[in-house]
Amino acid sequence: MAIIELTDVHKTFMKAREAVEVLMGIDLGVEAGDFVALMGPSGSGKTTLLNIIGGLDGATAGEVVVADANLDALSSRELARWRARTIGFVFQFYNLLPVLNAQRNVELPLLLTKLSGKQRRRNAQTALSIVGLDDRAGHKPGELSGGQQQRVAIARAIVADPPILVCDEPTGDLDRENAEEILDLLRILNRDHGKTVIMVTHDPKAADHAKRILHLDKGKLVQEVAA
Amino acid sequence: MFAQVFEVTVMNLKNLPNRLGSSSVIVVGIGGVVGVLVAILAMASGFQSTLDRGGDPQRAVVLRGGSDNELSSFMNTETINVVASMPGIVEASPELYMVADVPKRSTGTDANLIVRGVSPDAFTLHDEVVIVEGRRFVPGRGEIIAGRGAHVEFAGIDIGNSVKLRQSEWTIVGIFEADGSAYESELWVDLPVAQSAFRLDGGASSMRLRLDSPERVDELAERIESDPRLDLELFGEVEFFARQGGGLTNTIRTFGYAVAVIMAIGAVFAALNTMYAAVVSRTVEIATLRALGFGAFPVVVSVMIESMALALLGGVLGAAVSYFGFNGYTVSTLSNASFSQIAFDFAVTPELLRDGLVWALSLGAIGGLLPAVRAAVLPITVALRGE
Ligand SMILES: Nc1ncnc2c1ncn2[C@@H]1O[C@H](COP(=O)(O)OP(=O)(O)O)[C@@H](O)[C@H]1O
Ligand SMILES: [Mg+2]
Repeated sequence: MAIIELTDVHKTFMKAREAVEVLMGIDLGVEAGDFVALMGPSGSGKTTLLNIIGGLDGATAGEVVVADANLDALSSRELARWRARTIGFVFQFYNLLPVLNAQRNVELPLLLTKLSGKQRRRNAQTALSIVGLDDRAGHKPGELSGGQQQRVAIARAIVADPPILVCDEPTGDLDRENAEEILDLLRILNRDHGKTVIMVTHDPKAADHAKRILHLDKGKLVQEVAA
Repeated sequence: MFAQVFEVTVMNLKNLPNRLGSSSVIVVGIGGVVGVLVAILAMASGFQSTLDRGGDPQRAVVLRGGSDNELSSFMNTETINVVASMPGIVEASPELYMVADVPKRSTGTDANLIVRGVSPDAFTLHDEVVIVEGRRFVPGRGEIIAGRGAHVEFAGIDIGNSVKLRQSEWTIVGIFEADGSAYESELWVDLPVAQSAFRLDGGASSMRLRLDSPERVDELAERIESDPRLDLELFGEVEFFARQGGGLTNTIRTFGYAVAVIMAIGAVFAALNTMYAAVVSRTVEIATLRALGFGAFPVVVSVMIESMALALLGGVLGAAVSYFGFNGYTVSTLSNASFSQIAFDFAVTPELLRDGLVWALSLGAIGGLLPAVRAAVLPITVALRGE
């Protein structure tokens, strides 16, 4: 069963009063449990497509059904709630909150749930131990390396147990060694925890970790490569 | 929802030390507004309370018809006797009200000082008047007792000194207090001596009456005003004092608010700027929270709380400065009705402090609202790009 189903999705931006069509008819189905790498030249619309799948932005035309929800039909409030339940986001620059320590950063998504403070702390600790950082719970982002920060961000993405992880160039800011660790982590989350992962990357080596590689060019998905 | 607001707010406030410089603009700006506002209103309320303190609901003031102050009022002996014999009057004190030029201690320049001629009955009627130094004047002698305020403010108003008032020599024999009322800014002398010294035989400026009950005020006012032999008006003393100061008090208050509004406009812009900068510097953080599913409302509320917290801090500082700097500070001013000097204390009352803090919070809210809304409506995808 497809957990992500895009049908003829278009996206147009207004740029200096001119309409720029970034996505020109995307059809995409992703099965639950899949690990998809999305590649393509800079400016080809990878982030835009990811934002649409993650419910951060709406398509100009076409149908977007993710985890049984037709995103077009949701209000921005419903969409926010849907994101909290459904999507774990991993960003290129981690986007951790600098004033909070790792533990509190990871707890953030749980503030949107009904869990007690004690439960929140326990779940955050579990997430941190999955990414191998139990011993850094009290550190602030500024006291952690890039790779460690990205692992905290991944803990934050999985703490509320969403079915889908949406990762925009998660290794783009890391050296090879740290990048490998992050990719291994994503693969474990995919394989052992059943997360559907969709990941944008420039790096062919990174894409090799995926089960499926998509190429986006000139607004279209041009070829699918089975890994 | 509450947890979201709380958590985001705590996060913002934890962020404050990193933005100490720009945040202090709000604190100082709004502190200035509140400090100035509270100080000026404290002046008004101090002035008013000095005037109010002379008011006793069981006492009344009789003036010539149409004059609302003692300086422009006069009544002859017959008139005084007619009034004094009316029912319901327990005590009657005809009083002569004059103004003399005396140099001020502070500047050495002449200012108006009230000289009040009173009969011995005046001391039972004005039971708040107590001699704190020296003694009362002896009837028939050219002696003066001086109010505490007159003694403090005017040169040469000391026990044992003699002063020249309109060509006649007087000796100061005592200092009195009058419960902080405007009487403390006056000199009191014996009425018959004043009448002959100032060549106003038998007459007086006004009468003070003690009535058998406060309800008597309206009845007597009615009777006096409708008596064809009399061209007089009667006021309850409370109302009389309120009218005396009302004009000036209102002028000071209006001035205070005007200054505060002008400063407040500046402070709001400072707050706007600071909060815009704060919001811009956290665009990506705020967008990240919203991507995670946090609502726009907690973002708006938390930015506003931050702005209001800074403003409140400013307000507390401003109020503290005006309280410790000005409360009880004595100044004197012209009462516009009588053109005489009245000494009074700034009164930084709890109500004024509360009003000052309300102002601070309002300014903080106004300054924080637009940046907060901006932070909340900026599309998440645009904000995440961090451009
Ligand atoms: N909010 C926006 N407004 C206008 N243009 C945008 C916006 N977001 C993206 N774009 C444009 O859409 C194109 C694709 O952007 P993006 O999806 O970020 O590409 P990629 O992630 O593949 O590098 C770019 O030309 C970019 O400038
Ligand atoms: Mg991109």
